[in-house]
Amino acid sequence: MNTETRTVVVEREIAHPPEKLWRALTQPHLIAEWLMRNDFAPVVGHRFTLSGDWGSVECDVLTVEHGKTLTYTWNHAHADPAFDLRSVVSFTLTPTGSGTLLRMEQTGFRPEQKQAFGGARHGWEQHLTNLERVLAGLD
Amino acid sequence: MTEPHDILFRTLADPTRRALFERLCREGEKTVGALTAQAGVSQPVVSKHLSLLKQAGLVRDRHEGRQTHYSAQLGALAPLVDWTGQMARFWETRFDDLENLLRRMDQ
Repeated sequence: MNTETRTVVVEREIAHPPEKLWRALTQPHLIAEWLMRNDFAPVVGHRFTLSGDWGSVECDVLTVEHGKTLTYTWNHAHADPAFDLRSVVSFTLTPTGSGTLLRMEQTGFRPEQKQAFGGARHGWEQHLTNLERVLAGLD
Repeated sequence: MTEPHDILFRTLADPTRRALFERLCREGEKTVGALTAQAGVSQPVVSKHLSLLKQAGLVRDRHEGRQTHYSAQLGALAPLVDWTGQMARFWETRFDDLENLLRRMDQ
């Protein structure tokens, strides 16, 4: 089993109180407005699906700490292993003077990845990092 | 066995080709002439590299009059680019929508 994991962290200062942000993260009709259509429920063990135009993500609720932490699995099955993703998404809400610090951390791996990168041989990691930088600058 | 990755890796392994591709990514569509002006190699060499990039699906060409315009096909990179970069951009955009929603919830 390939246990190589990677993590992406996105943090943002939100000018709204944690309680309100929590509603946007946990009420299905609100989640649909900023993330994807869903059948979410804030109950540990609840299975739900996030559906986008491009496909869907299968999720299992792992942690619910009202107003503070929400964790669920984020599994995107794809016939091409390069696009197959098994991961865990966690949202952490920290009150600040003027609102909330929202931190999203996604940890996971793609089974194919190790093979594709060939253990970072031939300096490919560097080339890909450069390409990613170019792509990131396009948004 | 030929993986789709292999052709991308092989194609981008050449520094001149990589530079041409990165330039098309950064600056958008260009003619062969415009690319040659800064490539440091002759036009036939640039054309050869562009045809290999095209075979790999990394660029697309468009004919207009006597000119051929090339543009980068970013989708071709999807199998290579680390998912973390894609997901970071995904979440940044989602957070924009989240903030819009929170503003509307005030009303």
